[in-house]
Amino acid sequence: MLAMNYRGPLRVRIDEKPMPKIEHPQDAIVRVTRSCICGSDLHLYNGSMPDTRVGMTFGHEFTGIVEEVGSEVTKIKVGDHVLVPFNIACGQCVFCKQELYGNCHESNPQATAVGGIFGYSHTAGGYNGGQAEYARVPYANVGPTVIPEGMDPDDAVLLTDVVPTGYQAAEMGGIQKGDTVVVFGAGPVGIMAARCAWLFGAGRVIIIDEVEYRLEFAKNYAQCEAYNFREMDDVVQFVKETTDWLGADVCIDAVGAEAAGNAMQTITGRKLFLQAGSATALHWAINAVKKGGIVSIVGIYGPTDNLVPIGNVVNKGITIRANQASVKRLLPRLIEHVQNGILNPKGLITHRVPLEDISDAYRIFSEKLDNCIKPVLIPPSARI
Amino acid sequence: METLANNYSHIKGWGIDADPKNDPTYPMRNRAGEDTKSYDWQRPTQQPIDIEVHHSTERPNVSAVFGTSVPPSGLSGMLRRYAFKHPENQYGRWLPMLLADRINVVEGIIEDFKTGKVPNIIAEKGMKADWQHNRSGVMKKAAVAAFLVAAVVAWNMGKKSRD
Repeated sequence: MLAMNYRGPLRVRIDEKPMPKIEHPQDAIVRVTRSCICGSDLHLYNGSMPDTRVGMTFGHEFTGIVEEVGSEVTKIKVGDHVLVPFNIACGQCVFCKQELYGNCHESNPQATAVGGIFGYSHTAGGYNGGQAEYARVPYANVGPTVIPEGMDPDDAVLLTDVVPTGYQAAEMGGIQKGDTVVVFGAGPVGIMAARCAWLFGAGRVIIIDEVEYRLEFAKNYAQCEAYNFREMDDVVQFVKETTDWLGADVCIDAVGAEAAGNAMQTITGRKLFLQAGSATALHWAINAVKKGGIVSIVGIYGPTDNLVPIGNVVNKGITIRANQASVKRLLPRLIEHVQNGILNPKGLITHRVPLEDISDAYRIFSEKLDNCIKPVLIPPSARI
Repeated sequence: METLANNYSHIKGWGIDADPKNDPTYPMRNRAGEDTKSYDWQRPTQQPIDIEVHHSTERPNVSAVFGTSVPPSGLSGMLRRYAFKHPENQYGRWLPMLLADRINVVEGIIEDFKTGKVPNIIAEKGMKADWQHNRSGVMKKAAVAAFLVAAVVAWNMGKKSRD
């Protein structure tokens, strides 16, 4: 089968690889119909996530048609078209029972700090991902969800990560009616977080980034205010001034390790790997939120340390909430929102790229070329 | 609140998921009582461990399922084995891993040549897309690279003539 093949930082290609096989009674094999490149894939692509091995296939956002199921699979059957949450979750451990499906303890032997994630290095379990023609899906009774009849597969594939992550970012913000919410990062997740902030009753939503076309997109898609931090003397000063000198009620870090905007963070985090990515957005979020406010983190960082102003967290009495999205917990509500026309996930898709052109797709997305917001990869069998 | 909602009537779904109970002191965790206390849940069937799989020192076992994408091998594999001897909270776990990742890239190139494949690094880096969508940027980078090469060559030639 054709599958993405990681060869080193900034180098990926498409290769023939062996078909995945059932390795556990609760496994399923799906024929991929859509898969996305996620902003967090760029941490792997850039070589900043430890234990990303040459030869691995990335891809944690995908849909597919069930081709084969293991002997213990009862919830889905061959021929079902399913969307596959990016978390690999057993449904039985203490964390899954608390609906913390992003923190499953039975899906990742290599690290306790993160549950299993498709195609996301051996630090997240060593699974091949969905940027391929076929993928192995463990715990098929738990994660994969049959795509409701009539739902566009482009909507469905974004329900595997982008929509739930953006929604949970807003949810973790504990937004109360009338609150001012500042979202750092106008990538797909940040834009979705800004859109979802309204669902929780935000009174004002501001998104901050440096990429002009993304700000313009966010302004229209999420009906929010959008500002370029390159045009400001100081981001935190700007937020303070625009919030009556108190700060935002809620700040969301939707950037993570690849953040720009602070030379010291960029050099130590992204160039020298002296910290687990550049924590610029988180730094701004902590400093821009009001006293007693909430910082919600969905941006992804590596497993080592980051330089953030923890003293200000204490002195301002900030609550920090963070997690990988619990996709399965959120899916019923989000499917409802899509079906009712409240959310329009596929509106984020700007590029539909043949799987075979994956090297170009990564380049376009990572370098923000051709006004790219969200690229979707389409395998040959899904183009017929 | 009615007035507030009216202000946002142009935003589809405004306030539809508002939850006054979701304030910072309201836990996200849905505690289930007894089952939160220990490692005694009914574990799923264990996936057969028929390849080399490392597990964190911060857990007693291999999880019931695991990925089998790329088992450790070569010099990078030796470094990974060393790294997995350290707990996740120590640099000893992660810095050797980053080094292993870089060594693994060289191993990947060697493996390509051994299997008769010459890696097309320009294509792998998606330079075609760069050329298509960012031609001036590519040319700028090429000009800077050419200037640096020319400067090094000139400096070397000057050094030789001085000697």
